[in-house]
Amino acid sequence: MKSASFDYIRPDTLDAVCACLASHPDARIIAGGQSLVPMLAMRLARPSLVIDIAHIDGLSAIRDDDSAVVIGAMVRQAKALSDPLVAKHLPLLAKALTHVGHPPTRARGTVGGSLVHADPSAEIPLVAVTLGASLRMRDAGEDVEFHAEEFFIGPMLTMTPPTACLFEICFAKPTCAYVGTGFHEVAARRSDYALAAAAAHIEADDAGVVQDLRLAIGGISDFPQRLPIDIHIDLSAGMADLGTSLTTAIDAALDDVDIVEDMHASASYRRRVAAELARRAVDDALREIAQDLS
Amino acid sequence: MNITIDINGKDVTAAIEPRVTLLDFVRDVAGLKGTHAGCEHGVCGACTVLLDGEAVRSCLILAAQAEGSQITTIEAVDGTTRQPGELSIIQDAFCESHGLQCGYCTPGMVLAAKTLLQHNPTPSREQVRDAISGNICRCTGYVQIIDAIMLAAERLQGRNQPADGA
Amino acid sequence: MRDKKYRFLSQPRRVVEDRRFVAGKGHYIADYDHADMAHVALMPCHLPAARIDAIDASAALAMPGVIDVVTGAELAAAIDPLMNGLDTPKVRRYPLAVGQVRYAGEWVCAVIAESRAIAEDAIEHIRLETTALPFVLDPEQALRDDSPPVHPDHNSNLLLDKKFVWGPVDDDFAAADHQLDFCVTWGRNSTVPIETFGVVAEWNAWAQMLDIRASVQMPKYADQIARALGLAGNQVRVHYDIDVGGSYGVKRGIKHAVLTGYLARKLHRPVRLIEDRLENMRAGDAHGPERKFDVSVAFDKDGTVRSMKMRALDNAGAYAGRAPFQLGKPIGAIVGPYRIGSVAYQAISVTTNKAAQEAVRGFGQAPTNYALETAMDRVAAFLDMDRLALRQHNLIKADEFPYLIPSGSTYDSGDYHTVIDKVMATADYPRLVATCNQLRKDGMMAGIGIAACLEPSGGNASFEPLLNESNQTTTWMESCQINIDALGTVTARIHTTSSGQGHETLVSTVIGEILGIDPDSIRVVRPNSLESLPGNSPVGSRMAIMLGGAAARAAEKLKAKILAIAAHHLQCDAANIDYQGGAMLSANGRHITWGDIIELAHRQIHGLPDGMDPGLASFDIMQVPTGGDLPKDGKVHMYPCYSFEFHLVLVTFDPIIGKPEIRSYTIGHDCGTVINPAIVSGMTYGGIAHGIGAALLEEFAYDESGQLMTQSFLDYLMPSSHEVPDIQLVKHCTPSPHTVFGQKGSGESGYLGAPAAISSAINHAVAGLDISFDKLPIRMSVISDKIAAATQHRSDSE
Repeated sequence: MKSASFDYIRPDTLDAVCACLASHPDARIIAGGQSLVPMLAMRLARPSLVIDIAHIDGLSAIRDDDSAVVIGAMVRQAKALSDPLVAKHLPLLAKALTHVGHPPTRARGTVGGSLVHADPSAEIPLVAVTLGASLRMRDAGEDVEFHAEEFFIGPMLTMTPPTACLFEICFAKPTCAYVGTGFHEVAARRSDYALAAAAAHIEADDAGVVQDLRLAIGGISDFPQRLPIDIHIDLSAGMADLGTSLTTAIDAALDDVDIVEDMHASASYRRRVAAELARRAVDDALREIAQDLS
Repeated sequence: MNITIDINGKDVTAAIEPRVTLLDFVRDVAGLKGTHAGCEHGVCGACTVLLDGEAVRSCLILAAQAEGSQITTIEAVDGTTRQPGELSIIQDAFCESHGLQCGYCTPGMVLAAKTLLQHNPTPSREQVRDAISGNICRCTGYVQIIDAIMLAAERLQGRNQPADGA
Repeated sequence: MRDKKYRFLSQPRRVVEDRRFVAGKGHYIADYDHADMAHVALMPCHLPAARIDAIDASAALAMPGVIDVVTGAELAAAIDPLMNGLDTPKVRRYPLAVGQVRYAGEWVCAVIAESRAIAEDAIEHIRLETTALPFVLDPEQALRDDSPPVHPDHNSNLLLDKKFVWGPVDDDFAAADHQLDFCVTWGRNSTVPIETFGVVAEWNAWAQMLDIRASVQMPKYADQIARALGLAGNQVRVHYDIDVGGSYGVKRGIKHAVLTGYLARKLHRPVRLIEDRLENMRAGDAHGPERKFDVSVAFDKDGTVRSMKMRALDNAGAYAGRAPFQLGKPIGAIVGPYRIGSVAYQAISVTTNKAAQEAVRGFGQAPTNYALETAMDRVAAFLDMDRLALRQHNLIKADEFPYLIPSGSTYDSGDYHTVIDKVMATADYPRLVATCNQLRKDGMMAGIGIAACLEPSGGNASFEPLLNESNQTTTWMESCQINIDALGTVTARIHTTSSGQGHETLVSTVIGEILGIDPDSIRVVRPNSLESLPGNSPVGSRMAIMLGGAAARAAEKLKAKILAIAAHHLQCDAANIDYQGGAMLSANGRHITWGDIIELAHRQIHGLPDGMDPGLASFDIMQVPTGGDLPKDGKVHMYPCYSFEFHLVLVTFDPIIGKPEIRSYTIGHDCGTVINPAIVSGMTYGGIAHGIGAALLEEFAYDESGQLMTQSFLDYLMPSSHEVPDIQLVKHCTPSPHTVFGQKGSGESGYLGAPAAISSAINHAVAGLDISFDKLPIRMSVISDKIAAATQHRSDSE
């Protein structure tokens, strides 16, 4: 299981990366390599050139940008997992990262690499969609920005322009007084790719009224998707009893999702479990807020 | 391309094709055979080495990517302070608990244990279980491996020492 | 649990082999370097059945670094087909496909190059022209007249169809109160070692010798290589000092060795073939049994199981090899630990267009145990009887041993009821039941699984003549040599590779026990096949019995010689000498030291008894205890020893998620006298982990187009440390009367009952829904889907 031959280059600027991509249309960028290297080994990816972006300054930092937390494309998953800014402002990402691979793959795998690789069952793309993250890329000397919800278009397919390189991901900080999150996934083994996953990020105002409920599912379709949920929830008197309204809303939203199946799980399984996980994720998030309120 | 990698404190230089993985570099160029190829696609953990002190899968890293990093293999798991034939505390605990059978996954397990105990000197059984969950063992069912790492943790804390001081 | 009968045996002792392994200093096949090495990669054909019309390797051969490309046609003209255990001469197997491809992934040609990467590059430049042929994947379909034959010359897919009737089956069925029929299927899985198979072959033209180093666990490996290559037996030298990175039965590697042996002779270079994971999974000849059981049981109202009819249909894959014999081993324990009075057994093996099957841990016993234990659960459910009480009612009792079963084997010893009692006490069964009930109250599914199984061990291979009359095998010997050198240190030679079983520890412990010297002072070496005595490798849970037995007997011979020298020197009768360990021998107040004995034996023949040869060396070639007769009337005695294991598990899962979590696992294990406790525990835990994989995760699954869907570790899912719980091991010792120390086999322990126990638990959990899971592995999505359908059905009919 040896890769086909390729050339290797280690540019020190983003523009140099773009130039390499322009001159080698089949080139591939390597960040942590945790997804690309096995594809190379199995010869499922056969680039003529591999462009290593690890030596470009500034891609490995997490910075506080007032209203947002900005994560460099080369930030390792392990670093993000232990980062205080992420812990404080992006609790959903912190929760999801514990499900990404194993400690040895998180030590190398990057937040940005996982996003542009766009595995339909990967956790970080699901979080990016849930939180409405922006992906900032350099392309032909200019910066372009993609919203996560429009970025993923198929399994391992994204809107990334052919000559562009992701350099950072911008996650807006919560704006309301109270934030709750929930993340659930199901896999055959704990660290496998999810057969179904759900993420919820909920914000409530001072009075405990939910102002923003974001729910998304992954692993069941070609890319992670938001499930629109429009329910009025008031947590001022503690954990709300939503009756069947949430379940009904999730079910209705899932009707619009094209669900995949494979040898590990049927489509009916994925749908049933996604609905359950979505409910649990929302439930977790609401409980966190209710607890903070009390 | 010409590559130099610091492996076990020594610079190893070679002209290699860019497609060579760190695993193949360690085994075929540096000649260190204690790092094992299991699946070559990043699932089994047999090829685990330490990169700047953290356990990583050497089959998932191109040798070129590892330039500038310090690699530690099982051959230098406890630095260079021990004589050949002398076991580190973790290795000795694996022997004491028979936390292995065929030995193929063992170097990776020992290195995973080392990383864990560096970060968390007093892990619970569940934390040990989590730390080695990326290393597949087909012989032991993990029970005696977890026993070994728990014992190593105790001994590194100065407790439960072997009677003969071995 | 120290048995003070012994000084070293059964005591907690470190495992000798572990030291080199924890240091990364094992010596595996991929570690074997040679400056002139040529590397092999194998080109697969991805059609499940195809005629090979042409192979054009000219572009590949023109590439720098490519040495040769060899096809099946070239091989077939130069070598003999690989050994076939059955009498099916038209089912020929060569290392590469000859004329026709018979499963997706089968190797059609071998590329030899200066590096493995170049060999893989070259494969992409070989043009393979094929014509797709019809194919068959399902074993029942393969049996039909209109099925495409996998081997057209054989003209049928049937490899084996043997019917046995042991005892008055029809009468017992007629007399029984009830009869119950069911079907269960054991999915195709394997032990999948983390090290793939690898071999290096070197041909020395001046010595006319083929040297083979391989990660192999295979009886009579050198013989088979020599036969296929047309070499004399002493022209093949297999080196046994290669550490094997796990095998559990599957590292057979015969086609790999014959191929590389041929290449080494042709190219006059050392040739190395280390499978990569894809080659290993698709075509490494390492898949295990895939077996469908149709079972009928006849039983009375009180739970007495009188009789059983079992039809076992095994999907051997594309070639025969030794795999069909995996239907034969279970005949030696066909009634499990139960007093079932009569049995009808039909063993059918068919070819299909899947990868070839090989021996896997238990050699077919784990699937059969799964079918047997399912029968026990179903009977209990039918009678609304407690599953444990039903088993206890049918179990053979301690005072009934030796116990002759209908198929001709005699169980040596056991105390099944006591083992079960100990397990129930250790696991606190009432509390387990309470936990199970509480989980159910909390909305979870929960079930308790039980399985009582036997591990036949140390057999004589008489299933071979039983299934194939032209095969007259009645021995399955093992050997050991011991030499005490002129400095008085002991070296033992054993004649097999080791794949984690701790043979060096086994042999040094046994010899140390008998000679009364510290086992750690004894060195155990594994020479090559030409320096070896006959042996059969660590298959069939046999090494404690057979290698331990041969080592003990060889040591006893040495001890007798030592005593004779001492008696001569002390001028007394050998029987009156008190042999106090190796250090001291005394009689009537006089003594002689170990050093004196060594001096006498090595340098002073004048001090030895008349006619005694100098030196202190011995060997033993041991026949299987209790074995040796050919089958008669479809019956034969197969195994000297029967270990017992009793599994008790609590499994729980969410009805929607369906992911089984093993909340509690207790196993009672009785393998007689334990030689090294840590080794036996480790084997048992590891066997359970394999069993968990077989029950829940692992399968070589093919899609409808004949493609293997689980070619990598991304889809072939093996239990990680998350999936294997902590396990309570309850030990019991019923010594075997047939072995040197009372030891029995333990190499397959855990695996033989874990799948049955987990299936039992999951089925117990869903029993209230009137559904069942009849096929392993039981995937989480299937659990959830079936529960959803049953719940839907209920609410519809309410």
